[in-house]
Amino acid sequence: MTALRYVYAVCRPFRSALQAQLTGVAGAPPKQLTHHGLIAVVSTVPEADFAEEPLRAHLEDLDWLTATARAHQQVIDALTVVTTPLPLRLATVFRDDSGVRTMIEAREEAFRRVLDRLEGQVEWGVKVYAEPEAAEAADSAGAGRVGGDAVSGRDAVSGRDYLRQRRMQTRAREDIWQKAAAFAGRLHEKLSAFAEDSRLHAPQNAALSGASGQNVLNAAYLVPRADSEEFVELVDREKDDAPGIRVELTGPWAAYSFTGEFAEEPEVEP
Amino acid sequence: MTVVERREVALVDLLDRLLAGGVVVTGDITLRIADVDLVRIDLNALISSVNEQVPSPWGELT
Repeated sequence: MTALRYVYAVCRPFRSALQAQLTGVAGAPPKQLTHHGLIAVVSTVPEADFAEEPLRAHLEDLDWLTATARAHQQVIDALTVVTTPLPLRLATVFRDDSGVRTMIEAREEAFRRVLDRLEGQVEWGVKVYAEPEAAEAADSAGAGRVGGDAVSGRDAVSGRDYLRQRRMQTRAREDIWQKAAAFAGRLHEKLSAFAEDSRLHAPQNAALSGASGQNVLNAAYLVPRADSEEFVELVDREKDDAPGIRVELTGPWAAYSFTGEFAEEPEVEP
Repeated sequence: MTVVERREVALVDLLDRLLAGGVVVTGDITLRIADVDLVRIDLNALISSVNEQVPSPWGELT
């Protein structure tokens, strides 16, 4: 039998059933493997795709990565409805059920500790973008631009005018970037104070995200599910309507960004 | 009740979490394929390959 076990998450036993139609990364339905009072949510995946070599190749294939990530997320999402899952990293694969059991035994205490910490909590993602283009558009919609209208003005402007425009444009961009960065700092401070915990992800590459503007804050916040509405309202309230700054909220996510290192960091507010 | 805009989750947001977050399990039974460095390297390759095709948004200020 050339099938491996793909593990999505570890959680405590839960009562509600998962959706009957739910499928995992290779189309097989996820199952619960109970061991030592913990549950690993696993599905069967073909060795031809998930053994080390083929997986290494697949991870460089954006279409494959997308499909796998979405399928993984779908299972985690379904789990989030019925319990607080501790999500594992993408593509955590074992040879068989006994490999999964051994892993649970080895990490039992750490799993329980993190599950206790995350119980009832969800993750919200907040991103701030600097958008000089939007600000410029708002600007030029109001006041007329140097050199007349854009079409005929283009040929008419002198080299000096052109350079001056470029300089002003560059300065305006820097200005907006600085404003956005300062705004992001203040927002992060407020949201961190509200949240149980926070993590900063690397700003996203615009070419990969397809988002307009420059990502200046990419943060995750751990928030009790019960306080989520309040958190969302807080983000809404803090949203700056200034042209050139955009705030994006994603979630609720399972606490992906807060499973890290199994460290028992003391809960100290900076 | 605040209405939160629900769009399809963006792939980058998902990868931020699935490749940089989540519990990393490495034991001798695992195939050691969830190795962070491996995935990061592959993702970097991916990003630079995307970058080659898509001109920088800052490069075309006219």
